Amino acid sequence: MHADPVGVLTGAHFMDGDHAACEGAIAAGARFAAGYPITPSTEVVERFSNRAPRIGATFIQMEDELAASIAILGAVWGGVKAFTVTSGPGFSLMMEHIGYAVMTETPCVFIDVQRGGPSTGLPTLPAQADMMQVKWGSHGDYEIIALCPNSPQECFDLTIQAFNLSEKYRVPVFVMMDEVVGHMTEKVVIPSADKIEVEPRHFTTKDKSSFQLYAPVGEEQTPEMTKVGEGYNVHVTGLTHDERGYPNMTPAVQERMVKRLVTKIRDNAEKICIVEQNQVEGADVVVVSYGITSRVAQRAVEMARAEGLKVGTLRLITAWPFPEHIFRALAPKVKGMVVAELNLGQMVREVSRCAEGKCRVAAVGHAGGTVHNPQDILKAIQEVAR
Amino acid sequence: MSTTTTPDCKVHPGNPVESFLRTDRMPHIWCPGCGIGTTVNCFTRALIDSKQDLNKLAIVSGIGCTGRVAGYVNLDSFHTTHGRAIPFATGLKLASPETTVVVYSGDGDLFAIGGNHLIHAARRNMDIKVICVNNLTYAMTGGQTAPTTPEDVITATAPYGTYDPAFNLPYLVEAAGAVYVARWTTFHVKQLARSMQEMFAKKGFGFIEVVSPCPTLYQRRNKMGDALDTMKFYKEVSKTKHGAPTSEVGLTKSGEIVVGKFVDRERPDFTTHMHEHLQHSLGDKYIPAEGPVCG
Ligand code: SF4
Repeated sequence: MHADPVGVLTGAHFMDGDHAACEGAIAAGARFAAGYPITPSTEVVERFSNRAPRIGATFIQMEDELAASIAILGAVWGGVKAFTVTSGPGFSLMMEHIGYAVMTETPCVFIDVQRGGPSTGLPTLPAQADMMQVKWGSHGDYEIIALCPNSPQECFDLTIQAFNLSEKYRVPVFVMMDEVVGHMTEKVVIPSADKIEVEPRHFTTKDKSSFQLYAPVGEEQTPEMTKVGEGYNVHVTGLTHDERGYPNMTPAVQERMVKRLVTKIRDNAEKICIVEQNQVEGADVVVVSYGITSRVAQRAVEMARAEGLKVGTLRLITAWPFPEHIFRALAPKVKGMVVAELNLGQMVREVSRCAEGKCRVAAVGHAGGTVHNPQDILKAIQEVAR
Repeated sequence: MSTTTTPDCKVHPGNPVESFLRTDRMPHIWCPGCGIGTTVNCFTRALIDSKQDLNKLAIVSGIGCTGRVAGYVNLDSFHTTHGRAIPFATGLKLASPETTVVVYSGDGDLFAIGGNHLIHAARRNMDIKVICVNNLTYAMTGGQTAPTTPEDVITATAPYGTYDPAFNLPYLVEAAGAVYVARWTTFHVKQLARSMQEMFAKKGFGFIEVVSPCPTLYQRRNKMGDALDTMKFYKEVSKTKHGAPTSEVGLTKSGEIVVGKFVDRERPDFTTHMHEHLQHSLGDKYIPAEGPVCG
């Protein structure tokens, strides 16, 4: 279906990534946000608080990030699309409810504008060091979806995608921005509502006797949804549960339930994953990056190409599920891959795992606080190409 | 009243609360003599007597023995994370304003790990009805000290007796802004059911503390007898004092238990206040949220 025209600011704008992400959420149909102020993400909810009462939406500022991250889940079961936004320390507090959202299959969106850590770290400066935390930070086995915009335009586009995927798979989806993308101002084009594809919530039409809140449906292996007040008397719990949602703490039910939570994403990973590849065919070296780092890496790639090196680029738009199939196919065809990211080695571990020793994998890490010097990436390219 | 038909076709009256329970989940996990079941019985009585539209009522629990209530009642029910029933309920209420949202949880869940959320929901006067079963201990994990455990009580983590001062729950909740505050024990089943009914009918943040036995861990460890002894104890030491100043109703190990309705006051609830405020600020530019819009 198409976006609800109420709230879609069709036209060309000059705005930063934080504001664009907020507009993406509104265009995707989000009508509830809960937040707690934290730099550098606060502008997203500041904008939402301004827009909400004029588009039939609700914003509430909660007492902390624990509260914000579960208030949105309550709102989803109330029947609306909802999201929260945070950075660094706030993201650490939200881990509990990432697990709860996964376990209860509550579709929702978290926007994390990454800043330098650990702990309070660099509140106003960039990093991309929550990339493993988003996948592994809550306890237990699970899969989520994480997207990495590299421009304000993509903050708008991918936030819509995030909502769509969350509804499709009943899973929390993460927009992994970084401080630079969040605060950089560029042209953002918002299409008309009828040009914006929006995934509706898949409310069941089954009757009370045949509807099961956790019975998988279709290729997505994802159950249909409902909301309070429909007479289904649903039970939603973070305990291990059966298809009815009833607690059933046995190894057999645990196996069946956790396996499905994981396979609904893993089995559909090829459909979910988006990467952007450029001149990868015939390349000796492929530079892998995402978010703001992809734009810095581009400079290094151009310098390397000017030296006559055959360099391709691969940008992760979807970081999780990790596009394994693409890396497994690529590794035997190249001399090596250079992975540049604003952390001291996170997604590079996935790249190495999928390369299976079939090509060199070089990490160009950075502790954050600023973007890379393209020279450092260039050096790694030259080294790997040798 | 529901009825059950036996093979010989004689009709026997069933338990009237049965239709409120997920009978397919019985037996429940609670110990014999536990007070939680008694509170659930009062809750169902209150639902029957208040003629609540059960499709428009949702229950939210946290973690602990009382946290399991959500799993046994035949309503839209949410068993959330430890301490976070109230912020979940806040989101639910805001998204679905026509739903009566009841938070049913224990003292440890609501006042230790969830204490911050509780005081903020009371401050906002969020239209949520909180039923707090206070067994004075962390029961699910084996009877450790809770922020409600009175002084000089033996717990699993205070083998020489507690010296950590306890919260006076009605005092705290009144100070934070609740519009309805009452306390009963599981001995006061009629009063408790009536009080719940009264709270359901009142808009805003309501709070009922139900002092309840945990014979397995609290009473036994403190040589306070079994469930029946506890009922006798509640009967003996309880004093009904409606309107008692909440500063004077703190609980001790074996002293008086002041019960009654302590607070019943008027203050616009969060949503009403929000609508009025935004209407005033934005005029006809204000488009109120109209509940579920998920296209
Ligand atoms: S441990 Fe205590 S509170 Fe828990 S079910 Fe048993 S008696 Fe009740």
